[in-house]
Amino acid sequence: MAESAIVPGEMKRRDFFGAAGAGLFVFFGADLAEGQEPGRLPGRQSGPTDFNAYLKIGADGRVTCFAGKVELGQGAMTELAGALAEELDVALDTVDAVMGDTDLCPYDMGTFGSMCTPLLWPAVRRAGAEARAVLVQMASERLQVPASQLQVQAGIIRESGKPSNAVTYGQLVEGKRIERHLADVPVKAAGFKVIGTSLRRKDGPDKVTGKAQYAGDLLLPGMLHAAILRPPAHGATLKSADTSAAEKLSGVRVVKDGGMIAVLDERPDIAVAALGKIKAEWENAPAGPDDKTIFDHIQKTAPQPRVVGQSGDLAEGERLAASVIEETYLNSYVAHAPIETHSATAQIEDGKVTVWASSQAPFQVQRAVAAALGVPAEKVRIISRYVGGGFGGKTEADQGVEAARLAKITGKPVQVVYSRQEEFFYDRFRPAAVMKIRAGVAGGKIVLWENQVFGAGDREANPFYDIPHKRVTSAGGWMGGNPAGMNPFAVGAWRAPSVNSNTFARESHIDTLAMKAGIDPLEFRLNNLTNERVRRVLETAAKRFGWKAGHAPSGRGAGMACGMYSNACNATMVEVVVNRGTGAVEVKRVVMALDEGLVVNPDGMRQQAEGCVIMGLGYSLAEEVRFRNGEVLDTNFDSYRIPRFSWVPKIEIVLVENPEMPALGGGEPPIIAMGAALANAIFDAVGVRVVQLPMTPERVKAAVAKA
Amino acid sequence: MERTISFTLNGKAAHVKADDERMLLWVLRSDLGLTGTKFGCGEALCGACTVIVGNDAVRSCATPLKAVAGKRVITIEGIGQHGLHAIQQAFLEHCAFQCGYCTPGMILSAYALLLKTPHPTREQIARHMEDNLCRCGSHVRILDAIEEAARAAKAGA
Repeated sequence: MAESAIVPGEMKRRDFFGAAGAGLFVFFGADLAEGQEPGRLPGRQSGPTDFNAYLKIGADGRVTCFAGKVELGQGAMTELAGALAEELDVALDTVDAVMGDTDLCPYDMGTFGSMCTPLLWPAVRRAGAEARAVLVQMASERLQVPASQLQVQAGIIRESGKPSNAVTYGQLVEGKRIERHLADVPVKAAGFKVIGTSLRRKDGPDKVTGKAQYAGDLLLPGMLHAAILRPPAHGATLKSADTSAAEKLSGVRVVKDGGMIAVLDERPDIAVAALGKIKAEWENAPAGPDDKTIFDHIQKTAPQPRVVGQSGDLAEGERLAASVIEETYLNSYVAHAPIETHSATAQIEDGKVTVWASSQAPFQVQRAVAAALGVPAEKVRIISRYVGGGFGGKTEADQGVEAARLAKITGKPVQVVYSRQEEFFYDRFRPAAVMKIRAGVAGGKIVLWENQVFGAGDREANPFYDIPHKRVTSAGGWMGGNPAGMNPFAVGAWRAPSVNSNTFARESHIDTLAMKAGIDPLEFRLNNLTNERVRRVLETAAKRFGWKAGHAPSGRGAGMACGMYSNACNATMVEVVVNRGTGAVEVKRVVMALDEGLVVNPDGMRQQAEGCVIMGLGYSLAEEVRFRNGEVLDTNFDSYRIPRFSWVPKIEIVLVENPEMPALGGGEPPIIAMGAALANAIFDAVGVRVVQLPMTPERVKAAVAKA
Repeated sequence: MERTISFTLNGKAAHVKADDERMLLWVLRSDLGLTGTKFGCGEALCGACTVIVGNDAVRSCATPLKAVAGKRVITIEGIGQHGLHAIQQAFLEHCAFQCGYCTPGMILSAYALLLKTPHPTREQIARHMEDNLCRCGSHVRILDAIEEAARAAKAGA
């Protein structure tokens, strides 16, 4: 059973978005601040000022919310509809959400970086608040009653004390666009009906009945399914392809276009079988690194390091240190492995291209499809209604471009659904990374911290501990801009990019320093930390976990780690049992205290945290992409093991109340400390430090044997 | 071999003329338009394509059409046709899904378990569900939901 609790805090809910003036126009700036790769930024397109862009009220009074972000499973649909229900004073059941549709929704650069809650949600709230104020003004005129004497409930505006004098939103608007606007309408500051309550998911009924339609579920008249010839390895080139056998099959069509060879049929399995009839000869990829040599390779090929954190003087830190500890931490490539593979269905009618695509960034796909087909972007509509998991891996959607190209060539609707092999092959993996840390302690204080990061990226590399003498550098990362050949395939954002690698290294090293200093790891952290929010989650988690002060290794198998990401912070404490003989790690219990600012939807937040715990078990203990000379050796779930029911520990999520802080994104921050918490717990259990993720049985066993 | 295969699909007679070596998943999805059954891995490794054949949960991506001749097949579209099934209801109550893509397979796997073992222990549920993969990490809630559905069935019996 997952257990959850809310630690009572000051319940004075204030709205920071209204107060701080953040809102509609901050998408672009916020992304730059996050370090988005400049080359992939779209042209500047500001968010809409007109609230009509975000909402529509039908003649029947039903409200529709329009949002360019995508429902990936994180519950954005429910949360955004809830924002409108709150501000408009209507029931959540009467609000529908249209998401990820480039024709209907306001521009959005993509669903990543945990930005739905901190950025879009307040914009939708402000739209709702302004619309409500306009409707009350209209009602005041219609009913001949001053606005101050009107009350709104469930979309009906009534005169106080004379409820028969009433008009509904639907009657006022009559399904038309609301032309009137008001400036500076504040959002609700108190008396919430929706915010802070656990909401029933709006996507639930579609999902439990099989009615939820994903990009590969469209069945259009005359539609063809495409299977596309793929190279056996990254870097392999096609020498020749004999397609004659495939072409002879009845009903099968072979298309060759600009380097793409595709086989199409009305039935997907027939297309795949026909593809197998093509005799292709490939020129081997040039020799390249494999999953064992990659760490040396990354250090040799990384670009010039950038300084991402610096204070004091390292020589002075060295002088002060009573002991100095150096370690190199490694992290492997991991796959996103959503259960829905990249899918798309494309249709071209009267010059208008419509592509249903499993994508986290439909507006980016719109540009890519328009460029590929040589049509203006407004002639392309992308619809990403339901997406079967993203985790950062569906930001690009090459399959949408392929489907559109094939639809243009064949003159028929075309569907492209990646096989599991294609999904692994074309995934933009989380990059492998090397983190070298040299740190010193004296009198229980960290006095020196030198950290060189290669390949991971710089997010959260700069430690939040109070360290007088430090220097942190970062070379290369997940967001592109790496020298050609540094990574043997594409890499990209994987849930909390950079941060899982950097937190693993930092928090593992902190425990080693604590051990060296002879201090309990909790006490050691608190000794070196003035950040009140991190202190609070550590203390909260320790209390819930029942942390017992001691020196590792205690044999108990308890470990902790803490971290920050996107301004949210968490402390994660775990209990493990390690089998010395096999190296297998069984996780018994995970306690996580989270500070996510104002919690909009407590159950939704807990669910994200539970998901992060389970996905965190994967990258910490099992998941690693094997490859050699450009060939991706893991092609399905038999060798690439993702978490299963038997892995699931007792999970306890504690939400630390912090309503003074704006609502923060929750889909990524809870995953970041899992690697180090487990590494520290393994150390506590068997006294060996595993410095490479994932901590597979083989690696744990090898570490035990070496000790 | 192309021939007509007859079976019962969601309570109704179905006759499909097709190569009987084709996998049931593709026949259901593209020939019969039942897209609630999902493709995930193509090698019976993830469970997204789970359907009921007879009283068993099977992987439709690895079940040839000929194997269902004369059998009873149930897909996600076939349960809860007259109001939600207890398992569907419990999945809603516990919010036992995120992206929802594995959900039909999860529900049908649970359906098969409760057919044979109406009152499973939590360990039995976890063992039965082991090879149904969920990437979003809804496992705890899925187990909670199946436990509740079993309890609801017991209470209703």
